[in-house]
Amino acid sequence: MSILETRALTRRFGDLTAVDSLTLSIEAGEIFGLLGPNGAGKSTTIKMLTTLLPPTSGEARIAGFDIARRAADVRRVIGYVPQMLSADGTLSGFENLLIMAKLYDLPRADRVKRVRDALAFMGLGDSADKLVRTYSGGMIRRLEIAQALLHHPPMLFLDEPTVGLDPGARRAVWELIRQLISDKGTTILLTTHLMEEADALCDRVAIMHLGKVVATGTPQQLKDAIGRDGATLDDVFIHYTGDQLLDSGGNYRDTTRARRTARRMG
Amino acid sequence: MTQPEHAVPPAAWAEPAQRFDLAGMGRYLVRFVKKTLVIAELEARKLRHDPTELFTRAVQPALWLLVFGQVFTRTRAIPTGDLSYMDFMAPGILAQSVLFIAIFSGITVIWECDLGIVHKFLASPTPRTALVVGKALSAGVRALSQALIVFLLSILLGVKINWNPLALLGVLLAVVLGSGLFSTFSLIIACLVKTRERFMGIGQVLTMPLFFASNAIYPVEIMPGWLQVLARVNPLSYQVDLLRGLMLGGIEPGAALLDFGVLLAVFVILIAIAARLYPRVVI
Repeated sequence: MSILETRALTRRFGDLTAVDSLTLSIEAGEIFGLLGPNGAGKSTTIKMLTTLLPPTSGEARIAGFDIARRAADVRRVIGYVPQMLSADGTLSGFENLLIMAKLYDLPRADRVKRVRDALAFMGLGDSADKLVRTYSGGMIRRLEIAQALLHHPPMLFLDEPTVGLDPGARRAVWELIRQLISDKGTTILLTTHLMEEADALCDRVAIMHLGKVVATGTPQQLKDAIGRDGATLDDVFIHYTGDQLLDSGGNYRDTTRARRTARRMG
Repeated sequence: MTQPEHAVPPAAWAEPAQRFDLAGMGRYLVRFVKKTLVIAELEARKLRHDPTELFTRAVQPALWLLVFGQVFTRTRAIPTGDLSYMDFMAPGILAQSVLFIAIFSGITVIWECDLGIVHKFLASPTPRTALVVGKALSAGVRALSQALIVFLLSILLGVKINWNPLALLGVLLAVVLGSGLFSTFSLIIACLVKTRERFMGIGQVLTMPLFFASNAIYPVEIMPGWLQVLARVNPLSYQVDLLRGLMLGGIEPGAALLDFGVLLAVFVILIAIAARLYPRVVI
């Protein structure tokens, strides 16, 4: 059964078509990876699916709710971890989660318990009452994932979940994501431009280029499809998205943000 | 997951505006107030971890009252009727110091948007208006520390304060309302300009005209005609009028209600605009 479906989902900014007729279907319990170079339309897609950005045309449904007409319902069934730092450094980890628990109307009776449980699940029990400002990048990411999962959403969006993390912290986040699927059956849509990450985590991936999906399938299917022995997902990526030197890499503002985020996370 | 709304037939849900549903509106209102308070709580918790802001806020009104006020009281250049100039300006300085801080408060939104904090809140089931009003409310509560310092200095400087408890309550309300109003105005500017540099530039450009085209440190009557017009459409004038009348006593209840009414109306309009613009900061 598919939990997320899009039909010809399109978003234009003036003359630029950031997402062009995206048609996707994601099965419940799947880890689905959206890959592509910077500026391919991954973040715009996530923003539309998380109700932050209205689509120009086309439609999408999550757990049966239309993202445009039933945005309020969609917001209750999704969890979202933005690419940039979304935990508040001036609050403790516990407070960050408590505020979100209240915003998501978790029943008062077991609110504190659920926050404590979520922190323990993420291995943050001991640091719960420290200010997030003192956390390491990996701890912040785990806190943000805990925050997005408090209301037990069936669908979780992770935008570049391991950007700026060192290899150890990255593996810890992967492990968590796998555990989530096996414990809670949460469906995950993540974006990444790390092919190693996609290969290690995702059941299926879609490669986006210039706003369009150019290939969809399991990592193995995609590797087989380009007809070269011992192809890696990197080869697949380059095969479909072509010469990276030309004009990708995002604009100045994106780069500033990404680097600042990386610095704060690291 | 608890989704009590699903008890309502889907058809009624899709177009709530089509039907007059009193119970539904009541539920919405309760949820709205609850969420607004959660946003205010969030800001209060930040303040508890780092309360230095409450002290730095006190510096500006102290300087105005102790330096500018002391000197201008001696010149007797500004006709303030029966009031001493110090009495006249103390409420004006309270309003001014609240304005100066509120007008720059929107910059935190630009900061939160460069990170992912705004995204996180917008993807949650929190009404946009609650996000805006919650921020305004917390700005209002922070401004109370300025009321405290202006009152303390006023006592030291011999301002004849009206200690009627109802008037004191009115002063607090006027400070919260004024701070909420101007911080929401600041939020709107932040949503429009989106970068720190432009925001600071516009903030600088706006504060002085708002301050000088008001009755904060001189009466409207001595202004040239064109400036009088500006002063009368400036919400700050209504706040000063209210604060002056309440702090020193002698305001007519009707005049106080009019001032409150104007401030509240402007506040509501600004909230409506901000609630529409706020979700667009992430686009």
